[in-house]
Amino acid sequence: MRLGRLTPGAVRKWGFIASFLAAPLAIYIIFFVSPNLQALQLALTNSRGISPDFQYVGLDNFTRLFGDEVFWAAVRHHGLILLVMPLVTIVIALFFSFLLNLGGGQKNGQLRGVWGSSFYKVVFFFPQVLAVVIVGVLFQAVLNPQRSGILNSVLSWFGVDPVGWLIKPDLALWTIIGVMVWQGVGFYVVLFSAGMAGVPKEIFEAAALDGANRFTLFFKITLPLVWNTVQVGWVYLGIAAFDAFALVQVLSIDRGGPDNATTVLPLEIFRQTFTYYRFGYASAMGVALVFLVLTFAALTLRVTRRERIEY
Amino acid sequence: MKTETAPAVAPVRREVRPRAGKQSAGLLGGVSHLMLLLWTILTVTPIVYTFLNSFKTNTEIFGDSPLALPQSWGWGAWGRAWETSRIGEYLINTVIVVAFSTFFTMLLGSMAAYVLSRYTFRGNRIVYTLFVSGLSIPPFLALSALYKVVDNVGLLGTHTGVVLVYIAYSLPFTVFFLTAFFKTLPTTVAEAAMMDGCGHARTFFQIMLPMARPGLISITIFNVIGQWNQYLLPIALLPGDKQDKWLITQGIANISTSAGYEADWAGLFAALSMAIIPILIVYIIFQRQIQTGLTAGVGK
Repeated sequence: MRLGRLTPGAVRKWGFIASFLAAPLAIYIIFFVSPNLQALQLALTNSRGISPDFQYVGLDNFTRLFGDEVFWAAVRHHGLILLVMPLVTIVIALFFSFLLNLGGGQKNGQLRGVWGSSFYKVVFFFPQVLAVVIVGVLFQAVLNPQRSGILNSVLSWFGVDPVGWLIKPDLALWTIIGVMVWQGVGFYVVLFSAGMAGVPKEIFEAAALDGANRFTLFFKITLPLVWNTVQVGWVYLGIAAFDAFALVQVLSIDRGGPDNATTVLPLEIFRQTFTYYRFGYASAMGVALVFLVLTFAALTLRVTRRERIEY
Repeated sequence: MKTETAPAVAPVRREVRPRAGKQSAGLLGGVSHLMLLLWTILTVTPIVYTFLNSFKTNTEIFGDSPLALPQSWGWGAWGRAWETSRIGEYLINTVIVVAFSTFFTMLLGSMAAYVLSRYTFRGNRIVYTLFVSGLSIPPFLALSALYKVVDNVGLLGTHTGVVLVYIAYSLPFTVFFLTAFFKTLPTTVAEAAMMDGCGHARTFFQIMLPMARPGLISITIFNVIGQWNQYLLPIALLPGDKQDKWLITQGIANISTSAGYEADWAGLFAALSMAIIPILIVYIIFQRQIQTGLTAGVGK
């Protein structure tokens, strides 16, 4: 484009575009794009801390990573969280959102939610608004291993001895997963409720008129119609399974313990960065994490792609 | 942003014929209510317990009946927590940081989204992809590098640094969402304004932004809550020797481990309550908008 042929209007338009994009792009490139690109570079170096002196070491960091037991422990933990947490959260949330939207039976041929459904939605959603850190500290008290811990004191009414929710190595990660479910369910109840509200009521009512019971109504009608929303929820929960940083850091014993029984990759990345100042190694771990997340996202999108139901 | 579709034909009101499974439905209804009630208790108990514990003594908290009501309702622990935990200071810091970062995220994000959605120019696609690709990158990849970058520009341990990083990390979603939103708005109003000699920038600020209000509100709420609850970035960028700059999440994580609280559990619970109450109040007032705002991103 030759400048000489620009009309005043075109100059104004280009000036406008440039002036509107300049600031957001600059901030985004300096504080987001460039750190991410530098991380790819750092992953190939033995950089320590902010010192500018470092050498390129090729793939040494990755070789070390694959021989690092803690790394594999963290990857296994993500695997377990990924298998359990999204499924349990979605099942509970689907159950509740069905009850809250369609489970109240019919009145004058109209399907309704159960009594008090808007109250339940407000209460269930609240944990989502709390910072994960607050949830972590709350549950330190709830899961206290002594009898005075709130969960243990409730269990003691039923004669159960105090359980070391977070101090038993083979229980601790399950406890963390339980807290993630506790915080997440309400969000997906609201999300699926929105999905169910988007389906024309006549579909449900026609099925109910034909004598479909609640199980049929749920499995044959509701679930297929909100399947798209469930898929999206699945992807979000799956990505959340590769995070869990704040909760594990605040709630678990010894930050990822006992004895690395609950550690996750983000926590190890943080530790390598700010405890050991191994910036190169931490970045290599970051690359591995991104690889895992993107693989998960690509696989899920491939597997779950289904015909969209038009209504 | 889902509107309930009005039925094309008014449903015929008639009594549904009674079914054989009526009794089992009643039983099922009972079980359903029990489950809902159980989950309500599960959700509410930890929070109520925190409030109650802030009025108890250590012996009450660790005694035989930890679920009992406190014996007296003194506010002593709240006073101690306010002084020692510096919760008030952290709250003020967080309000300042989140106010600036959300404001500029929304301003810059909507400017970029508007240009990307309404103007054809060379490089549009590339810029859009650059922004949106940020959605799939976990923040942990660049943790070390980000620390270096912020240190290099001399903003480590400053609120300015945190604000700029928050903006950068919030832009991908904001631009993604608002670009889609601006595309749904009618073009005719803006075109008419331009015909009448209204400039590009003025059209944006005086015509398009007001029209985009519902979308802007949703994403503002999304950003406020996301940035308020952010934990990784503050602990990475506001180190331990800058405690006067700390944000609320850092302070909360710290009170549960700091030595000053070893003997004062009521104080810990009071400090925790102080962090929860403002959020609870805001949530109760705006719960509808908050639910829409937070689920808006997923629903697309």
